[in-house]
Amino acid sequence: MTEHNEAVIKTDALIIGAGPVGLFAVFELGLLDIKAHLIDILPKIGGQCAELYPEKPIYDIPGFPVVTGQQLVDNLLQQIEPFHPEFHLGEMVVSVARHESEQGVLFHIETDAGTRFEAKTVLVAAGGGSFQPKKPPIPDIDSYENTSVFYAVRQMESLRDHHVLIVGGGDSALDWALNLQSVAARVTLMHRRDEFRAAPHSVAKMRELVAEGKMDLLFGQVTGLEGANGQLTAAKCKGMDQAAFRVPCDRMLPFFGLTMKLGPIAEWGLNLHENLIPVDTEKFETSTPGIFAIGDINTYPGKLKLILSGFHEAALAAQKAHRYIYPDKRLLFQYTTSSTSLQKKLGVNG
Amino acid sequence: MTDVTFIDHTGEARTVSGTAGMTLMEVAIKHQVPGIDAECGGACSCATCHVYVEPEWMEAVGQPASMEEDMLDFAFDVRPNSRLSCQIKISDALNDLRVHTPARQS
Ligand SMILES: Cc1cc2nc3c(=O)[nH]c(=O)nc-3n(C[C@H](O)[C@H](O)[C@H](O)COP(=O)(O)OP(=O)(O)OC[C@H]3O[C@@H](n4cnc5c(N)ncnc54)[C@H](O)[C@@H]3O)c2cc1C
Ligand code: FES
Repeated sequence: MTEHNEAVIKTDALIIGAGPVGLFAVFELGLLDIKAHLIDILPKIGGQCAELYPEKPIYDIPGFPVVTGQQLVDNLLQQIEPFHPEFHLGEMVVSVARHESEQGVLFHIETDAGTRFEAKTVLVAAGGGSFQPKKPPIPDIDSYENTSVFYAVRQMESLRDHHVLIVGGGDSALDWALNLQSVAARVTLMHRRDEFRAAPHSVAKMRELVAEGKMDLLFGQVTGLEGANGQLTAAKCKGMDQAAFRVPCDRMLPFFGLTMKLGPIAEWGLNLHENLIPVDTEKFETSTPGIFAIGDINTYPGKLKLILSGFHEAALAAQKAHRYIYPDKRLLFQYTTSSTSLQKKLGVNG
Repeated sequence: MTDVTFIDHTGEARTVSGTAGMTLMEVAIKHQVPGIDAECGGACSCATCHVYVEPEWMEAVGQPASMEEDMLDFAFDVRPNSRLSCQIKISDALNDLRVHTPARQS
């Protein structure tokens, strides 16, 4: 990244991933006076629980006979409120580098949006990896990516006066079709059927624009791309009746939901085993001292990919993190029930 | 036990068995059949368990419910015989069912 748009953000701990385990780590770190920032590529908090099963019940969270994915996330947010965690959403961590300096070891972390952090310790709570857009298996699509084919819109202006083909029927597809309709030379929305799972008011608005002749709506699926040197000229399509047709366009935005991909984690110099980060079971530290891995992303003998295991891992990792951040302070074992000092931190005592 | 056959995009067939009540996706995962990702574990929220049901089995398998039909929007190359395997419960009536898996789920 060459863009350095902001000053470096300094923090005790940087947590990569705002899933349930990253969230609970804020709590365990907070009790030990360790302040945390969290980064997640998703625009929302809660990892798999919020993205994949917000309304499904979970039955094995200790003390909660039943709780839905979203309720668990909401409860965790309430629980960590006293520690004022700072969230950086919609950003993917691309690099993590360890630096030794006179003040000790510091980690330099950077996101794809150019935000930079300096942290004393890093907790990788990256679950199954970054949630990233699904890429349709259209032949040759790779050679058009980032020149003519985009899976997200960072700046609407970049699409001004282009002929944009938007593929999909969900909220992302509809929202961008509506937003870009006044900016692009022409917007064509293509979907496999005449029914849309997007919010009803967006669908109504879209149909209105189509009726007014301000955008096009086609039914079918893209099967191939035409163009050269990354410059798209048309999409080859087939209708639901299998008839072939083509749509001239110079930009295509496919919206097929998200999938979990390991992403840049492989480039941070950590040992990996089958896309997981091996850790010890005392501190849950990686092959790089000062970097911990907790939750679904780690592996060790007997590992269970359960939320409750991740919570335990967060508690133990926090203990070791404390030694890096406050090397001179002895850590006392205390209960939240009876310790006045812990209760002060939680804001429940005087 | 109910036998089901998964045919991958190269044409290789794998016949595995499950018990009535399991979903087709669960049978695939249990036997580590390649071509079924099932990222959301059967919550009908990922569309990475997409299969094509062989035409002669379509009637027995039935049509997707509206939630599944919505989720199929996130699958690739959806055809009239597309289903999400986590939404198909196997039973004696589906013994010897044959489905094809796509080249890529995500
Ligand atoms: C349908 C379903 C049902 C489940 N039911 C249960 C259950 O009943 N009980 C149970 O205990 N568990 C259950 N699980 C598993 C549970 O959801 C996971 O164990 C849990 O979500 C793991 O939490 P995590 O915080 O480690 O990771 P995740 O929830 O995966 O969150 C990780 C986050 O990190 C982000 N991320 C990764 N890499 C980067 C990067 N480089 N930059 C920025 N962000 C990044 C991701 O976008 C993601 O949001 C279920 C899972 C599914 C799919
Ligand atoms: S396993 Fe996710 S939709 Fe079937």
